[in-house]
Amino acid sequence: MSEPKIIPLHSLSATDTPDVVLRLSDVTYTRRDEKLLDCVSFDIPSDGMTAILGPNGAGKTLTLRVIAGLIAPDSGRIDMADGLKDNMALVFQTPVLLRRSARANLIHALKIARVPRRLRPRQADELLALADLLDLADRPACALSGGEQQRLSIVRALAREPRVLLLDEPTASLDPRSTAAIERLARRTMRLGTKVIFVTHDWAQAKRLASGVIFLHRGQVTEVTRAPQFFDDPQSRAARCYKLGRLIP
Amino acid sequence: MDNGFLDAFRMLARFDPDLVEIILLSIKVSFSAVAVALLLALPFGALLATWPFPGRRALVVLVNALMGLPPVVVGLGLYLLFSHRGALGVLEFLYTPTAMIVAQTVLVFPIAASLSRQVFVDLHAQYDEMLRSLGANKWQILLTVFWEARRSLLTVALAGMGRALSEVGAVMIVGGNIDHVTRVMTTAIALETSKGSLAFAMALGIVLLALSVIVNAAVSFLRTDNGGAVHV
Ligand SMILES: Nc1ncnc2c1ncn2[C@@H]1O[C@H](COP(=O)(O)OP(=O)(O)OP(=O)(O)O)[C@@H](O)[C@H]1O
Ligand SMILES: [Mg+2]
Repeated sequence: MSEPKIIPLHSLSATDTPDVVLRLSDVTYTRRDEKLLDCVSFDIPSDGMTAILGPNGAGKTLTLRVIAGLIAPDSGRIDMADGLKDNMALVFQTPVLLRRSARANLIHALKIARVPRRLRPRQADELLALADLLDLADRPACALSGGEQQRLSIVRALAREPRVLLLDEPTASLDPRSTAAIERLARRTMRLGTKVIFVTHDWAQAKRLASGVIFLHRGQVTEVTRAPQFFDDPQSRAARCYKLGRLIP
Repeated sequence: MDNGFLDAFRMLARFDPDLVEIILLSIKVSFSAVAVALLLALPFGALLATWPFPGRRALVVLVNALMGLPPVVVGLGLYLLFSHRGALGVLEFLYTPTAMIVAQTVLVFPIAASLSRQVFVDLHAQYDEMLRSLGANKWQILLTVFWEARRSLLTVALAGMGRALSEVGAVMIVGGNIDHVTRVMTTAIALETSKGSLAFAMALGIVLLALSVIVNAAVSFLRTDNGGAVHV
């Protein structure tokens, strides 16, 4: 393991770009001489939900991890609104849960979020209710089904009341009812003032939720568009092929 | 032979005081050694697992290699250190239970450090990014990983206990196998067998066997039992 290079996070000045919450400029992430992210640049507006789309291996998960500050890019710049750095939460593509009960997992997250001890049980129950998991609260988290684990990890991310919520294929293993519930939850979270950035392979879901779309292909951004325009008529060839289920040249 | 076996059981059944003394000293010495070794090895293992520093790989290889340290060599080394002319001669540890604890600590440390490092590496890889994404600091991550590791660390402790209890060479050399002072199960068995008092040796052998079977059974029980089913 080599020492990660620290790329300073710059503050976006509010006067400069009032409606941009996050900006990536020429972010490049290289592993074994392969540019897994290649000069990725985009602005994320502070309103609405942003969808990151692209085929498997495009670099969507890597992009979210860079944004969340979990990995440092080799070059490039990340600017974000003041105080945002410590106010993001990422829900991983595959749930990672502690070997404790569902409730204990939430209480642990609330503790990390510095919620006072006496408030934790009640807030944990509220989160469990949001995820429709109250009946399973005392089950070991690892004994929950894939979809239940996914729902649990989504509400766990809400424990710190993040200003930016990053969701990596949050409904990939959910049934239609749970998917609808998560979409409701995402909308609600957004209305409460949280910026939601999500990755999905579900075209219809992206259309339902997103107001802006970023399309990634082989580590490069091929297009950044407002949602109506994107779903109507994608500009990049990569996105057009993806939409039609064709191999992207 | 058959008579010796019967005599052995009789001694056990009436809690022969000499026997009990030796067994208790064995457990005391080995337990203390494992406790001290864990106290040193767990933070060391955690450090090796999570903190990248130059020479770390070499250190990991070294610690792994030392898992198979021959007890007699450890005994010899400590003997030289603790003898009157040795660097630590003033401590007057030689032929005391303390010297035996030190010897077994040296033997258990590499095992505990190496096994716990592996436990921490796995759990850290699994949980580091998740905990950071929730806002946890380094300290909270460490504590969480320690807590999640508790069952695996128990198996590490038991593995160390197995090594300490069954070892004979090191305690023989630095303890001297002195009756009522430094005689433990393994050294007593060696002596009594050579003297021909097979009943006494067999009685101790049965106890030692039982202890090591229990310890190893506990290890494999904790290993195979689904860790995921446990919660607090
Ligand atoms: N630590 C790593 N070392 C080497 N290659 C990596 C590493 N992490 C990711 N990659 C590679 O980077 C590419 C992008 O990975 P990423 O996980 O971001 O894809 P993705 O767009 O999320 O795909 P999916 O839709 O399958 O989730 C992949 O080709 C992957 O193999
Ligand atoms: Mg992914």
